[in-house]
Amino acid sequence: MRDVAIIGIGQTPVSEHWDISLCDLAVQAVKAALLDAGIERPEMLFVGNMLSAALSRQQNLGALVADHAGLRGIEAYKVETACGSGAAAVRMAYMAVAGGACDVAVACGVEKMTDGTPEEATAALAEAADALYEATHGLSFVAINALLMQRYMFEYGYRHEDFGPFSINAHENASTNPNAMFRRPITREQFVRSRPIADPITLLDSSGIGDGSAAVVIATGELATRLGRPVVRIAGSAGATDSVAVHDRREPLFFSAAHTSSQRALAQAGVTAADIDFAELHDAFSITAALSLEACGFAPRGKGVALALGGEISRQGRLPISTLGGLKARGHPVGASGVYQVVEAVQQLRGQAGSNQLPGCRLGMTQSIGGSGANIITHILERIS
Amino acid sequence: MSIPMYWRTSHQRLALTGEVCPTCEAKLFPPRDICPHCNSPAKTRFDFCGRGTVYSYSLVNVAPRGFERCAPYVVALVALEEGPLLTAQLTETDPQDVFIGMPVEMVTRRMREGSEQGLIEYGYKFRPCMERAEA
Amino acid sequence: MPLMKPTMDVGIIGYGAYVPRYRLPASEVSRVWHPGGDRAPVEQKAVAGPDEDTVTMSIEAARNALARAEIAPARLGAVWVGSESHPYAVKPTSAIVAEAIGATPHVLAGDWQFACKAGTEALQAALALVGSGMTPYALAIGMDTAQSRPGDVLEYTAAAGGAAYIVGPGDEAVALLQGSVSFATENPDFWRRPQQNYPEHGGRFTGEPSYFRHTLAAATELMEALGRTPQDYAYAVFHQPNRRFPREAAVRLGFSAEQIKAGLLVDRIGNAYAGSSMLGLGALLDVANPGDRVLHVSYGSGAGSDAFEWLVTDGLHERRHRAPLTSYYVNRVQEIDYATYARYRNKLQME
Repeated sequence: MRDVAIIGIGQTPVSEHWDISLCDLAVQAVKAALLDAGIERPEMLFVGNMLSAALSRQQNLGALVADHAGLRGIEAYKVETACGSGAAAVRMAYMAVAGGACDVAVACGVEKMTDGTPEEATAALAEAADALYEATHGLSFVAINALLMQRYMFEYGYRHEDFGPFSINAHENASTNPNAMFRRPITREQFVRSRPIADPITLLDSSGIGDGSAAVVIATGELATRLGRPVVRIAGSAGATDSVAVHDRREPLFFSAAHTSSQRALAQAGVTAADIDFAELHDAFSITAALSLEACGFAPRGKGVALALGGEISRQGRLPISTLGGLKARGHPVGASGVYQVVEAVQQLRGQAGSNQLPGCRLGMTQSIGGSGANIITHILERIS
Repeated sequence: MSIPMYWRTSHQRLALTGEVCPTCEAKLFPPRDICPHCNSPAKTRFDFCGRGTVYSYSLVNVAPRGFERCAPYVVALVALEEGPLLTAQLTETDPQDVFIGMPVEMVTRRMREGSEQGLIEYGYKFRPCMERAEA
Repeated sequence: MPLMKPTMDVGIIGYGAYVPRYRLPASEVSRVWHPGGDRAPVEQKAVAGPDEDTVTMSIEAARNALARAEIAPARLGAVWVGSESHPYAVKPTSAIVAEAIGATPHVLAGDWQFACKAGTEALQAALALVGSGMTPYALAIGMDTAQSRPGDVLEYTAAAGGAAYIVGPGDEAVALLQGSVSFATENPDFWRRPQQNYPEHGGRFTGEPSYFRHTLAAATELMEALGRTPQDYAYAVFHQPNRRFPREAAVRLGFSAEQIKAGLLVDRIGNAYAGSSMLGLGALLDVANPGDRVLHVSYGSGAGSDAFEWLVTDGLHERRHRAPLTSYYVNRVQEIDYATYARYRNKLQME
């Protein structure tokens, strides 16, 4: 396998982009990433997306985005792993470059959620769950995660308000990220009084639905060095699966796919969880952040919430997470989020995170989840000095 | 669900019929033909007794389309007596009375209605176990 | 000779009730539609929940009947559901019920319709099917989620509930059929045309020429044919459209209040239409003793009555407690207000 680096990043703000189409959002991110990389024409394009068929009645995004980005003729694909689609696109691009199929590939994540009504978006998101045995019983995607949260609180004795630090931290970090959707801090009291959606999950436990696109240019390490770009290396890349339906797991509170993919990615990078300086985890819901922390080995089972309560997830803590707002507050344009995470990790490693900059960080982890823990992709990114 | 999707699974949904793995004897619901525990073929029919306990639950305040009629309603992961977990709505109960570990039993109910003209989907829900008749 | 009886001994080998838990007090109907007037013909009525209908309620009653009968559901040669509230105008309730209880595919599934007599009509036919030797067991259900126009006097009583009966050979019976009489004439007391949500009725006409004529004739002719007097019966149960009719029928036939008390459920659940006399019979079987004779008379608008005489056997005591008693369902009560009732029973225009 060849050494692989990220040589360009691009992103649009996460927002309700009423005036920008699905395709144009992706084009903006791709063009920005290519400009950042100083590359005109990559050989391959991978577009991560979940909802284009359901909400925009559009498939075939590989060719569509390539054409509109001025890249007609290159090899291009849409990649889908529900909410983890963007990370899957990054992994596909990584494998293409590492395996020698090409030297430069672009991974783009895009989601255009406001082309459907909120009800349509909710129904489309539920397609990440088991269509026949979860969604048919009236479970929204929120409700499935609520089942995990309720059980977690029961087994480990937490109260709902104990999950507050995840959302408060995310909003705090988003407040200074110009690309974030929710740029206002929230208080503990606001968290406690938030409106229930699927008990115990409230509005402020949940990430926001928005439009957005992010892209990265992935190239061989050799090319990266030759171009003289700030070099961020993909030191580890791995994916793993679990059952789609939560009820098919023997231990619903353990994200085994997060465990497997993070262990593989860490092993590939030759580091351990303790070496990681910060993590962009899949905090679609506060419970998801807690379970991810535990599965990746950042906290023992049942202690993910305790880690947050202890202040360790803030930018001043032992393991900062959601450093630019995370899914919770930067916003969760589902199929794009996995790429946003990688873009933000590169911002941190390059020292381009503005007032959110973590001083001296060298190793970052990104982890994206498709479904309620069903398909989990982890990347370890390393700054090369 | 489309008509074929509904029809293919209607017996399982009406009668709570799953499978038992002939190799490791795990009881499987929903039926899935390859045992997720030992990866052996599992196509032997198994009828569940319909009793279990609540493993977790949530009160759905914002109902997906087609489910507004019963909203707000309680959904649950139910641990069946024979082993597997399944996802279902609870019925005949007040949300504040639900607790983890609550004994429940399967009943057949209307699940979802697309419209006045549409197919009525019937399937399993669970309710607190009824006290049996006095001996 | 009006008496009907199969040549083989047949009887009820299992029975099961179902009444939904919601109750609409009559005072709520009065509050919304008739403030100041006391027209309430019952105290309250049973209302099906938003996820219940004749199919789901029939399935639960059938499961209770199977629990008492302890036969393999595949041995049921017929699954028949009588109702005036089949969820589909075209698509059989009975096939869904048969599938749910495991009686498919070798089963004669059918839906019956004769207003409030649809249940006993299915029962009468099940007795014949088993009595002819065509099949060892047949399931007959009377079940309804009765409809009524908001504000109509029927809204006080039109209720939900019913019961399932498994008919089988006499030597397995908990109650042996002694004979039956069916009595029907053309009678325009109550109807609902296709596409209509609510029925029309003849008001006071539904009494004398309709309910009483058929109920009393069927009961009298059955007793005459069998050589009985009211004193020969431990219990009697009649169709119960309101508080007054079954009581008056009993008085006119010479039955005491004590004889009909245990089967009289109308005050607490309203009129469960095709389920009404079927549920009343279930309530009697919950308390009857071996050797007791029970007179059971249905009435359905349009109009007709089926009258049965049942002789309780030694087998009843053992089977009674294999499923929830009728009284369990009658006594589990969650009161709802008129607004909740309107929501549960689709009385609000949503689109």
